[in-house]
Amino acid sequence: MTILLAVFLLTMLVITAVAIVRTRDLFAAVMLLGIFSLLMAANFFVLDAADVALTEAAVGAGISTVLFLGALALTAARERESGDSRWLPLVVVVIMAATVVYATFDKPALGDPNAPVHQHVAPWYLSETPRLIDIPNVVTAVLGSYRGYDTLGEVFVVFTAGIAVLFLLGSGRPGELFSRPPDELSTGGLKHHLIPRVVGKLLIPFIILFGLYVQFHGEYGPGGGFQAGAIIAAGVILYALLEGETRALAALPESALKVMVIGGALLYTLVGVVCMLMGGNFLDYSVLSTNSVAGQQLGIILIEAGVGLAVTGVLLSIFHAFAARATA
Amino acid sequence: MSLFLDLGSWVLFGIGSLLLFIGALGVLRLPTLFTRMHAASLTESLGTIAVLTGIMLQAGLTLATMKLLAILLFLLLTSPTSSYALANAALLARNRDQTREQADRK
Repeated sequence: MTILLAVFLLTMLVITAVAIVRTRDLFAAVMLLGIFSLLMAANFFVLDAADVALTEAAVGAGISTVLFLGALALTAARERESGDSRWLPLVVVVIMAATVVYATFDKPALGDPNAPVHQHVAPWYLSETPRLIDIPNVVTAVLGSYRGYDTLGEVFVVFTAGIAVLFLLGSGRPGELFSRPPDELSTGGLKHHLIPRVVGKLLIPFIILFGLYVQFHGEYGPGGGFQAGAIIAAGVILYALLEGETRALAALPESALKVMVIGGALLYTLVGVVCMLMGGNFLDYSVLSTNSVAGQQLGIILIEAGVGLAVTGVLLSIFHAFAARATA
Repeated sequence: MSLFLDLGSWVLFGIGSLLLFIGALGVLRLPTLFTRMHAASLTESLGTIAVLTGIMLQAGLTLATMKLLAILLFLLLTSPTSSYALANAALLARNRDQTREQADRK
């Protein structure tokens, strides 16, 4: 039954991918990309990867779609017809696809417990996490503690992306990075659309609350800073769309966003430095408390908070940068 | 007792799937945007209620049922709203096109 569902989802993925490549209407392509991400999230869930599924749904189907639409507002809505020959790209793609298909012949069967990936460090993670960190969600333990360097790297990738977008799209004047000439949409939002406004206002507190739940429940269930950041940013973007960017910027001004972006990345790094100062290795949270298990848990909560702050700040900054450019 | 629960949930699954299928058929076969939206949004609400209630009967009085209830509430609020927003956007776009055509004719 699971196999049937997985095959169905993967077939739909292929169909969606072909549709994305074939369509010339960029608006339709963005919507199809959202569907693609949602199918991918369902597929991850079928494979029991709930954390990845949540990330894919929140970031891929949610926030990316909004950011793509923001980018579409700045460009044309249709792809330009290219006069180049299609044969060379087709040959390259066919060769690449054949290589990948050939590589899968050596791949162990799906869910094979003797596959190398399940014999390397995974058994150690599963057997030692209850003793060392004592949290039920091993994914969070791997992400936050065992592979803390990688996650720090990811946070700085997000941080760098945010800064790059602000360099390209921001006004360049500090203090009014997202300023735009006031018009009806930026100050009033959807003032004349009663139903979306009422329903939106009803839902925004729950979206933010769910984001906080995902943030602080990451040690026990699927979730963590990345997913929570995307969900909270989605809630604030919904507010900005309904009430206008001016009011969203009044609630979370540029200075606050800057503090979130820089502070989030700094918080993560500082936790690592404090670990060093207290006699451990960089990002070795065991020294943070007299009890090494409590220290690990404290460290994971702190760095997840840093991740959540940075992701929320970067996503909102990118959204405001796009929105400010749309009418300028 | 559990037989009746199973029976009830399967009847609900059947009704829900039928409604969603009719909605999908309508989206494919009806001629214009508004008639298609009509087909999708009308069948969707009752279809979702039927399918989710069916799953709730299977889950019994557990935390899962509460979560399903929250999902149902969320869908009942958001899906008519998104239908409204879509229809409204389509209406505005059509009006804009028509005024543009009139302006072109002058």
